[in-house]
Amino acid sequence: MKTLLDPCCDRCTHTPETPCRDYVRCLTEGPICHDDPACKAEKQRLLKEIKPNEENQQIFVCTGTGCASCGAHNIVDSLNEEINHQGLANTVNVVPTGCHGFCEQGPTLIIEPRQILYTLVKPDDVAEIVQKEFVEGERVERLLYVDPLTNQPATTFANANFFAKQTRVVLNNCGFINPEKIEDYIARDGYKGLTNALQKMTPVEVIDEVKKSGLRGRGGAGFPTGLKWSFCRQAIGDKKYIICNADEGDPGAFMDRGVLEGDPHAVIEGMLIGAYAIGADEGYVYCRAEYPLAIKHLEIAIRQAEEVGLLGDNILNSGFNFHLFIRAGAGAFVCGEETALIASIEGKRGMPKVRPPFPAQSGLWGKPTNNNNVETWANVPHILRNGADRYAQFGTEKSKGTKIFALTGKVNNTGLAEVPMGMTLRDIIFDIGGGIQNGKKFKAVQIGGPSGGCLPDEMLDLQVDYDTLTKAGAMVGSGGLVIMDETTCMVDIARFFLNFSQSESCGKCTPCREGTKRMWEILDRITKGEGKEEDLDNLEHLAVVVKETSLCGLGQNAPNPVLSALKYFRPEFEAHIRDKNCPAHVCSALMTYSIDPDKCKKCGLCAKSCPSGCISGDKKTPYQIDVAACIKCGTCADVCKFGAVIRA
Amino acid sequence: MEWITLTIDGRTVTVPKGTTVLEACRMNEIPIPTLCHDPELSSYGSCRLCIVEIEGMRNLPPSCVTQATQGMVVRTQTTKVRDSRKTILELLVANHPLDCMTCQKMGDCDLAKYAYEYRVTGELFKGGERRHLPLDDSNPFILRDANKCILCGKCVRACEEVQGRSVLDFSFRGFHAQVGPAFNLPYSESECVFCGSCVSVCPVGALTEKKMVGQGRPWEVEKVQTTCPFCGTGCNFDLNVKDGKVIGVTSNPEAPVNGKALCVKGRFGMDLIHNSERLTTPLIKKDGEFVEATWDEAMDLVAQKLGEVKQEHGADAISVLSSARCTNEENFLMQKLARAVIGTNNIDHCART
Repeated sequence: MKTLLDPCCDRCTHTPETPCRDYVRCLTEGPICHDDPACKAEKQRLLKEIKPNEENQQIFVCTGTGCASCGAHNIVDSLNEEINHQGLANTVNVVPTGCHGFCEQGPTLIIEPRQILYTLVKPDDVAEIVQKEFVEGERVERLLYVDPLTNQPATTFANANFFAKQTRVVLNNCGFINPEKIEDYIARDGYKGLTNALQKMTPVEVIDEVKKSGLRGRGGAGFPTGLKWSFCRQAIGDKKYIICNADEGDPGAFMDRGVLEGDPHAVIEGMLIGAYAIGADEGYVYCRAEYPLAIKHLEIAIRQAEEVGLLGDNILNSGFNFHLFIRAGAGAFVCGEETALIASIEGKRGMPKVRPPFPAQSGLWGKPTNNNNVETWANVPHILRNGADRYAQFGTEKSKGTKIFALTGKVNNTGLAEVPMGMTLRDIIFDIGGGIQNGKKFKAVQIGGPSGGCLPDEMLDLQVDYDTLTKAGAMVGSGGLVIMDETTCMVDIARFFLNFSQSESCGKCTPCREGTKRMWEILDRITKGEGKEEDLDNLEHLAVVVKETSLCGLGQNAPNPVLSALKYFRPEFEAHIRDKNCPAHVCSALMTYSIDPDKCKKCGLCAKSCPSGCISGDKKTPYQIDVAACIKCGTCADVCKFGAVIRA
Repeated sequence: MEWITLTIDGRTVTVPKGTTVLEACRMNEIPIPTLCHDPELSSYGSCRLCIVEIEGMRNLPPSCVTQATQGMVVRTQTTKVRDSRKTILELLVANHPLDCMTCQKMGDCDLAKYAYEYRVTGELFKGGERRHLPLDDSNPFILRDANKCILCGKCVRACEEVQGRSVLDFSFRGFHAQVGPAFNLPYSESECVFCGSCVSVCPVGALTEKKMVGQGRPWEVEKVQTTCPFCGTGCNFDLNVKDGKVIGVTSNPEAPVNGKALCVKGRFGMDLIHNSERLTTPLIKKDGEFVEATWDEAMDLVAQKLGEVKQEHGADAISVLSSARCTNEENFLMQKLARAVIGTNNIDHCART
């Protein structure tokens, strides 16, 4: 069967060896080199097969890692079976896609062009969906998403607050194309940014355009991307490299995975444009091995791009060469730091190096190297396709464009949300995120991963942009938002993040290796009720030393969760130390369990479940806990159906 | 050469362009503590003890890897700097055995020196977890106590950059990070050639010369600079002499040929000096037994035998093989003996092949 990528007739001469400069435009608007209505009609017909319309309805089933783990592939199979069974194969097409971002509600599927969103779909629902949607022209009401804010079912996905409040630039294709097909990407204007750059602009003009867009690094530090490129362009070297940092490691952050799985060509196109601007002919994507689907999709995408001549030598007959390779990381968090990442690509132990020299001067194998993260690269095609001005209309004065946030924790809508820079935390958490689970009270949001800060309720109206967050003691970081409710203990959370940073420290510099360990020990002591009055001052002092004297960003930012928790939640620390009390009832060592005799129905379930056998009572006497023998596991409270067990 | 001027602790100093802040300080006798820095090794910036305050820079930059620039204003002894250095030392001491009384490194330990200077008490993080790693006692030359290691990485760099062996590297992460051969093998099972470069750069008692353990304290030892007798390279080192007896060899950083680098023979092969089986007189075999002789007797015998061979078979029946253990001057004399006295060109040298 002919695809969009096949030549329309003998007159088409494009191959990777004899590339045509108009190849990309030809696929969507062509043919360019000859005027033949038959060829044009054929191309338009093939294009129409890719884009959803009334005659060619499409079911986009999220098969990203989240939905796949909930059985999305079974749903794809069932849909195909049912569609064949109903004889709808000519008008309905099932497309396995990347992430829709709505992970909490997975598996999700979207039916286009009607924009119908079905959530929490099971294989058993498939027959009903096909029957109602494509035979009866109706909805399966029970599978529509009910917005927790309005309690109304969302008639289209665009109506759901989760999607309606987003501005999807980078995620524009995610969930709406088959990431294993380059023609799907090209049909949605893919590789047009590259074509613009190669045909109309000099490398310096490309850099100027990126500078003008205001794009800043999405990996965390927020360094202006165009400026970074210009350093590498100006560096003297016979060989230059570019790198895509796909070593996403922050707990709760998965936007880079989402982009790589759902729209790998956007990253490749961004890197091609960057390589052209910088003067590099070789690139590496350093992706953590824990992302097998991302690596698979990227491998397929690279192969397809090579097959059509969008990667390789003399790309689109421009004289520009670029070869792209994947390196799978072995799972060290510190390899997200660019000098450690470079060492890892070189086959060395991933340990950060002191700068200068900066990678732009001496990076991979001692050559000038430019490194950006997945989301940054994926922004670039949009800038070159639509122009810097259009890109810069989003965001704040100093933080332009959009940012993808990964919402996790105690929020209703776990998932990926892309919003313009400058949106408030409140809008992201309560409008898009749908508020806190089970109607509980919001307590804090940890922003920017293990190196970010914990911000309290009163900071919710803070605008999310690089400078505002840094001022508040947090950071945009990679964009992880871990939302915590009133049942979260901030001392425990600080201890958790310190444990992460300590385990992931490379061990090179003293403050990070030894200091985070001692900070963890102090926090651990406090959660066990063994904290001393001077511990808080010692902790704060040590945190500042670690922050100010560590070698790389990991150590310099590791104390942030502690410092911000001390700043905003100090009374909670003091309660642990002075009153031996955990106000959130999390720290088990500080908790006591007792049974309210008035509520106890004397069922004895608690006594049966108690692993230490410290609960006694009978049908006539309310049950009692022997506090001295209690190991504070909380099982009794979990099993009691009458709420008679009191945690205090 | 281009010069730049900067201010350190209120003093205006002028140094060549390209100098680090640490070098600028040391050129001007401004003390900066360092544990991981070694001018012979690449810059590493890991111990963070050399931190200073520099106007306009965030945090406390390490002076060893920060380039001095024109007009820079550096402060090396502020309360903040000294306090941070003290905390870093406290962190190191908290995970370091305090068996200084029996430690071979006592009196020559950089960690002890700075801990003393900064009044480190060891109390701040007392009670925290410590490492309990096995001693590597697997070989006759180097004693490795990973519990004393401060992970300055000097041994790793010396092995890679000076000796070109790359036997040592870091392993594990965070608090559990260690330095050692691949797969945590003992030295004896690794690719180590026992040059001892790692020992020569270790600032603490993690790597010590095994044969010197218990033999003498630094203040009891007289260091006598000498040239290594093993080959003609001319390496210099210090014989460590206590009570007239050589107890071992240590590198002399001022050695013009080799710096701190030595080979296994030079560094660890000096036990022959006081070996009871060492030959002290020539031996002549008489009736199948070696019998002690004087040098005159021995020389006469050799001259007589060589003369006989030459007379009977000609000078070219004799060949002379000289040794790499001789100096160039001795080798020159040997070929002079072969050509001018014996009369043959059959002169060769063991290091030629």
